[in-house]
Amino acid sequence: MKWTLIIEIAKALMLARRKQTVIAATGVLFSITMFVALLGFMNGLNSMLDGLVINRTPHIRFYNEIRPNPNQPIDQSEKFENSLNIIRSIKPSTSRLAIYNSESIMRTLERDSRVLGISPKISAQVFFNVGTIDLTGIVNGIEVEKEAELFSFSDYVTAGDYAELNQTNTIILGKGAADRMLADIGDVVQVTTAQGNRVQLKVVGYYQSGLGDFDNVNSYASLTTVQKMLGEPASYVTDIQVKLHDLSLAPPMAKELAGIFQIDADDIQTVNAQFETGTNIRTMISYAVGITLLVVSGFGIYNILNMMIYEKLDTIAILKAIGFDSRDVNRIFITIALTIGFVGGALGLLFGFLAGLGIDQIPFETEALPTIKTFPVDYNPKYYLIGGTFSLITTYFAGFFPARKASGVDPVEIIRGK
Amino acid sequence: MNAFETPVLEAKNIDKFFYNPTETQVLKKVSFTIKRGEFVSVVGKSGCGKSTLLYILSTMDTDYRGELSLDGELISGKSSDYLSKLRNEKIGFVFQFHYLLNEFSVLENVMIPGLKLGKYAREELEHRAIEKLRIFDMQDHAKKKANQLSGGQKQRVAIARALINDPLLIMGDEPTGNLDKKNSDIVYNKFKELAADFGQTMLIVTHDPEFAEGTDRIIEMEDGRVIRQ
Repeated sequence: MKWTLIIEIAKALMLARRKQTVIAATGVLFSITMFVALLGFMNGLNSMLDGLVINRTPHIRFYNEIRPNPNQPIDQSEKFENSLNIIRSIKPSTSRLAIYNSESIMRTLERDSRVLGISPKISAQVFFNVGTIDLTGIVNGIEVEKEAELFSFSDYVTAGDYAELNQTNTIILGKGAADRMLADIGDVVQVTTAQGNRVQLKVVGYYQSGLGDFDNVNSYASLTTVQKMLGEPASYVTDIQVKLHDLSLAPPMAKELAGIFQIDADDIQTVNAQFETGTNIRTMISYAVGITLLVVSGFGIYNILNMMIYEKLDTIAILKAIGFDSRDVNRIFITIALTIGFVGGALGLLFGFLAGLGIDQIPFETEALPTIKTFPVDYNPKYYLIGGTFSLITTYFAGFFPARKASGVDPVEIIRGK
Repeated sequence: MNAFETPVLEAKNIDKFFYNPTETQVLKKVSFTIKRGEFVSVVGKSGCGKSTLLYILSTMDTDYRGELSLDGELISGKSSDYLSKLRNEKIGFVFQFHYLLNEFSVLENVMIPGLKLGKYAREELEHRAIEKLRIFDMQDHAKKKANQLSGGQKQRVAIARALINDPLLIMGDEPTGNLDKKNSDIVYNKFKELAADFGQTMLIVTHDPEFAEGTDRIIEMEDGRVIRQ
């Protein structure tokens, strides 16, 4: 019963100052709208930009790195065990880029429950022979279906059909490389490998990642085509790319498996640390702007409630004289503040969602981002939850001090003062 | 001791000081009792401390020395929340200027102290409020907003509101002070009626000698002292 009366009085006070109440609620509405729209837009952009790299990047990549053997024979000799051995001009020994035992490693990985999928890859340095000049490039031999499934390969094939790559002696050229070679789809390009083998490959599509440097150099062919180009057997693989169910497991798993398989392993966090930093900072900035908006609207509510209390001193005095205690008066004004926050916040979330839909319709076409047609917006419920919670918290604090002031009003002073 | 002998209000040696700008004693050893069913008026020149006394008696002003008992219960030094509850239940108020809450209808104004007390259900309270308004011939205005009434009408509604919880005591601070002759007479007659027909205990501060003459007992004050009672 007590609360119904308090709510009733709060309602009457708000209706008596309808215009001010509406203005205060509009302030909250506006800031929540901006908060949700801004975060949605910012994070939409963030995840799109990150996706450019992260989607294509394996969570763990296994490979053999060519480097000097860290265990030189002299270190293993008992005779020189306790001496300081200095060897100059160490060179890497003839080791192969290929992963030893790649088939059993892949079988082991496929049985691991943490692994979503794996895709083997060969990276081959080549020259594209264009007339009298040679352009350097890299041909990536991939397992087409797996690459499409795990690393959204098909999204970045902007012309031609990626499935045609399954035929031998076909290639999908990076857009930049294709432009430089003036190679159209259906044309045949000549490729020379580092070992000197010459192969003719038919262009079946263009690949465009959005990262210009990458597209100038990288082209794609099937695993078997590249193995044939290099004259290597079917077990020849230079990289094993792993996608996990949970990305955060990548660093410890990379370490663990590198030890077991005795090869090098990179995890996505280490390789792409700079992307995460950028994302975090962008997110932080948008939160800061959003929360600033909310705090400003909180001051608006604070002002309006203060005004209301000055105007309603008589009412407060009468309420106290007829038996309302300080707590009741406090609750009345907190109720007013929270109602403004709740109504403004709820409408703000709705308008924020509509603003998101609006931004989503704005065309955004750029050469660098072939898969994007309109501005990306993230509709993650998290932002709505944060926005809603914050609208209540700020309005509560905006109401807290005025309500305390109102509850401290001395009725005698007001009633006698007239 | 039966209920009729318990004084409704008992003040013993009430001292009150104002500290702003300098220390001045406004009430000096004020003592008196009010018995059940008495209609008492407090008179005196302006500045003699009669309003100050009333606000101390009303429990709203707690900054005083001395002992104050309401219905046999010592209330000096009680918490302000407890006093609010007491005020709601046992004291009805009528002020000189502050009549009603303009945000509410006449009926709601009368009901609010009852809703706060929570003794009766809403429907019953509404019925009771109409009954109280009927005493003052205001039942036809029940649905109007408070600020649509004239001063005299507002004051009559304010008295009805003071009655809603069947209080032990009604206090008035110059309830007719701000009204014209005609309205002042109406309000005065209503007080008389309450005293005669309902045996309502009342303590009214006034400087209107005519009003005071019609009461059972006059407490006269001068310079912070009771000089005649």
